[in-house]
Amino acid sequence: MWIWLLGYLVLMAKITAVLTAVMVLAAYLVLVERKLLGRFQVRYGPNRAGIYGILQPVADGIKLLLKEDLVPEGADRAIFLAAPAVVATTALMMFAVVPFGPRLTIGGREIPMVITDINVGLLYVFALSSLGVYGVALGGWASNSKYALLGGIRGAAQMISYELALGLSIVPVVMLAGSFSLVDIVNAQAGLPFILVQPLAFGVFLISAMAETKRIPFDLPEAETELGAGYHTEYSGMRFGLFFLGEYVHMQVMGALVAVFFLGGWRGPVLPPPVWLLVKIVFVVLFMIWVRATLPRLRYDQLMNLGWKVLIPLALVNILITGAFVAA
Amino acid sequence: MIRAVIDIIVSIAAGFYTTGRHLFVRPVTESYPEYKRPLPARSRARIILTRDPEGRERCVACYLCSGVCPVNCISMQAAEDSQGRRYAAWFRINFGRCIYCGLCEQACPTSAIQLTPDFEHIRRDILDMVFEKQDLLVDLCGKDPDYDFYQHAGVVVGLAGKGDHISENPPVNTRTNMP
Amino acid sequence: MSVYSIFFYLIAAVMILSTALAVTRKNMVHAVLFLVISFLASALLFFLLGAPLLGILEVVIYAGAIMVLFLFVVMMIRIRAPEGSGFLLWHYMGAGGLSAVYVAACLLLIRHAGPGTGAAMAAAVAAPADFGQYLFERHWLGIEIVSLLLLVALIGVLHLGLSRAGRRSGKGGAH
Repeated sequence: MWIWLLGYLVLMAKITAVLTAVMVLAAYLVLVERKLLGRFQVRYGPNRAGIYGILQPVADGIKLLLKEDLVPEGADRAIFLAAPAVVATTALMMFAVVPFGPRLTIGGREIPMVITDINVGLLYVFALSSLGVYGVALGGWASNSKYALLGGIRGAAQMISYELALGLSIVPVVMLAGSFSLVDIVNAQAGLPFILVQPLAFGVFLISAMAETKRIPFDLPEAETELGAGYHTEYSGMRFGLFFLGEYVHMQVMGALVAVFFLGGWRGPVLPPPVWLLVKIVFVVLFMIWVRATLPRLRYDQLMNLGWKVLIPLALVNILITGAFVAA
Repeated sequence: MIRAVIDIIVSIAAGFYTTGRHLFVRPVTESYPEYKRPLPARSRARIILTRDPEGRERCVACYLCSGVCPVNCISMQAAEDSQGRRYAAWFRINFGRCIYCGLCEQACPTSAIQLTPDFEHIRRDILDMVFEKQDLLVDLCGKDPDYDFYQHAGVVVGLAGKGDHISENPPVNTRTNMP
Repeated sequence: MSVYSIFFYLIAAVMILSTALAVTRKNMVHAVLFLVISFLASALLFFLLGAPLLGILEVVIYAGAIMVLFLFVVMMIRIRAPEGSGFLLWHYMGAGGLSAVYVAACLLLIRHAGPGTGAAMAAAVAAPADFGQYLFERHWLGIEIVSLLLLVALIGVLHLGLSRAGRRSGKGGAH
């Protein structure tokens, strides 16, 4: 009974730690993104709230919480209110299978440094990622606004298309690791990180990940210049904040997945494992910000062409080649 | 085909190089309240009423600025003193409505009403935005320091006699120059 | 009643309820959503019965891909909810008769074979690797037939789409 209670407490502690880290990091990623975008455009970015603007996330949070929670006339109320939660929750839940260290032994008892190690961890991530589409599509539909509807439809089409490339690009990694479990995949990279073995899969995965997080150059569901704010045009206050949080948590999830699948996860010299994972996540996210500062938005047909005619065939060829090597 | 792929890679890499280089460039932003950029003299912001070089009010209450104002924010009442000089008994600009277009300055025949570069011109209460004559009047000549309307106008107000003003011809006797 | 069976009946109730709601909703988007909930519940049942791979695949493929396509279509064409019930009495009678036959068949099957639950729910877990080996060693022919069928469907769609696009561009060229 005591053991059971202890196990429960350890699990809760892990969940609390991961969620806190992810939320705080999400808040500060917004600031880092704004500062860096500023510097990429030869300006300062936010620098008024606190020194170097470090209190800006706090100010943003307070502002969002105090804003009125508007529901537009003619909206499908229940769906409209629930949609942002779907986006944020699915993004947060993906962190449950990301390992952030090797097994820890405390008092003769082994504690795995992951919230839960299920043997279909990779598929779990993709399942949640595909459920996240509902938040975007339904949020856009329920707003009763043409811009939001267009954004929602674009979001659904884009995320379905790129999920295929995302899933297919990771198949060679699963072949090499011989498991769907993220813990096993990290363990399989004890010698070489998979980025050196599978550079093509890495490229396809990174591009699809950026499309999956709906970031520039794949931000057609939002596309400020043509759709207002896309699927979240009609949202205000903390519900908009949840969409925003979902996007930045999704960025971190994709950073964590790139780290786990290709960069060796928590492996690294000198620093403790969770710090290494954090460094790798931040590195990937910084690259995404650099991409945002550099590339223009794709046109819709270019987006679909890139997904279906370039990335998916590349991923399929990569699977064939890797299969041949693994079988040989 | 291969050349096209190489072209794509090179052009994208060039884009990344350009933005990446910007990280090490000093931002061109001017931090506003700490550093105030000196604005050109002809920038259009807060409106003043100037005086002529002798320190007398330039405004002759001709109503041209009031008439040309697209938002009707200028109002006044004309009056005349014992010497025959016109002046504004009261003069009022509602800066809550003013759009700082500068048409009043262009219309003014005496260079009295002028716009200044002072743009930090905001009040918490809308009624404080209504400026009366004593708020508008300054002790300067503004952008046209040597100009004195009554030195040029043919009106005798004690500055010079009839026909003695600057670039004014002596009066013509209409009975003697008949053809 | 063990913890597993409590969970089982809870999830089963959610599943039946959401499916019933999905069938009866007039708003198409609501119907699709209730169907998604039903699929999620059945995925949970797979988990409970010790088949995590099937459960996850159910979410990825049915809830995550196929239902999104449904939603996509429903959102695009914007169907108005029809006035009134739209069904006649004999529609209901036909559906009721078929359901009765189905329920009777199920009851007969269960009576002959037994429910076969209980032990299977508690511990047996099929790892993805075991599942894959079982599927591809025992039922490879069936899988190949299904994949061939899907390939035929894919090529058929491609043919239809391409020939239509070709006709349109041909017309454009004639002008």
